Amino acid sequence: MTDLAIGAPVAEREPEAAADHPPFEIPKFDIVPRVGLALSAVVLVLLIVAIAANKIWPLMFFHVAFGAGWTIIDLFLGLVLGPIMGMLSPQARVEFTTRLMPKMVVIMPTVVTATLAAGWQVATKTGTNLTSFPQHGWVVASMIVVGVMAVLALGLLEPANIAVLFELKKPRPRPEVIERLMKRFIYCAGILGAMQIATLVIMTKLGSS
Amino acid sequence: MTERKLPPVTGLAMASLTLIVIGGIYLSAHLPQHVSLTPAIILLAASALLLALNLVLLSRVKGFAWDRFFQVGKWSLLAYAVIAGTIEYVFLRNHLSGGPLIVLTLSLVVFAVHVPTLVGFTVARYDEPATVPAATTHP
Repeated sequence: MTDLAIGAPVAEREPEAAADHPPFEIPKFDIVPRVGLALSAVVLVLLIVAIAANKIWPLMFFHVAFGAGWTIIDLFLGLVLGPIMGMLSPQARVEFTTRLMPKMVVIMPTVVTATLAAGWQVATKTGTNLTSFPQHGWVVASMIVVGVMAVLALGLLEPANIAVLFELKKPRPRPEVIERLMKRFIYCAGILGAMQIATLVIMTKLGSS
Repeated sequence: MTERKLPPVTGLAMASLTLIVIGGIYLSAHLPQHVSLTPAIILLAASALLLALNLVLLSRVKGFAWDRFFQVGKWSLLAYAVIAGTIEYVFLRNHLSGGPLIVLTLSLVVFAVHVPTLVGFTVARYDEPATVPAATTHP
């Protein structure tokens, strides 16, 4: 099991406890980066334009580019970065978390929305969501995989992501709360990463049929 | 860490989201053919019931950090309303109408309310209420 224990911040640690826990400082950060919000708004406007235009190239661009981004982020975070985070020192982990997590708050909902909205439009335009489509079973399978991932991401991962940032913003963040939320985040990311392999299997099957 | 006894908001929300996801997949897997709306309506009603139950249970929690809950919840609501609106636009763009449109729209409403509720709850449960009852501050 990945050890995610984080020691208490320097300011409020008792002198005797200081010997047990390595010191760490929390860098300044925004829970939701404003630049990220602006970029997200631009992406969503372009997405709406692509759907309104209903041309296959922009729709395919949004679906493939953002879908690939979603898959790679989940795989990389769940199977590569997650275990690495567990091995970092508390100070390094806090610095990494305060730089990564605010970006994830903006990136993931944007990437998921663009992938799904453009994907449904592509499917409608090309007829791959019709029951008459020969590989319809694979399309339904992709919906099921996305559905499971959505429930995990929305129900567990995203709330933990935001809550850990709020905890780190407090003058006296509680290490046990951060540890619990980070465990939830990293295990969830691992499961989502594994499920993205199913997405890759389904999408390559559909793409080659 | 001392855990306060709180209602199972996360479990209920995940169950609610699962129900509307199943309903959405059921409808999407059959479109544009005629499909019985009954299973999707039952799933949506059960999901909405869980949302209502969650809100009632949450409203009864004493000493909860409501200021933090509403602060996080309202911004999350805005974000998820934009996401739900984008998905709704795709349905409208494809001339979806009648019963399926109503069911999917209401599913998006449940989604856009329940996820911010869950995000607000997860943040606020680890926060201190703005006004602590006197009995707890001066024992």
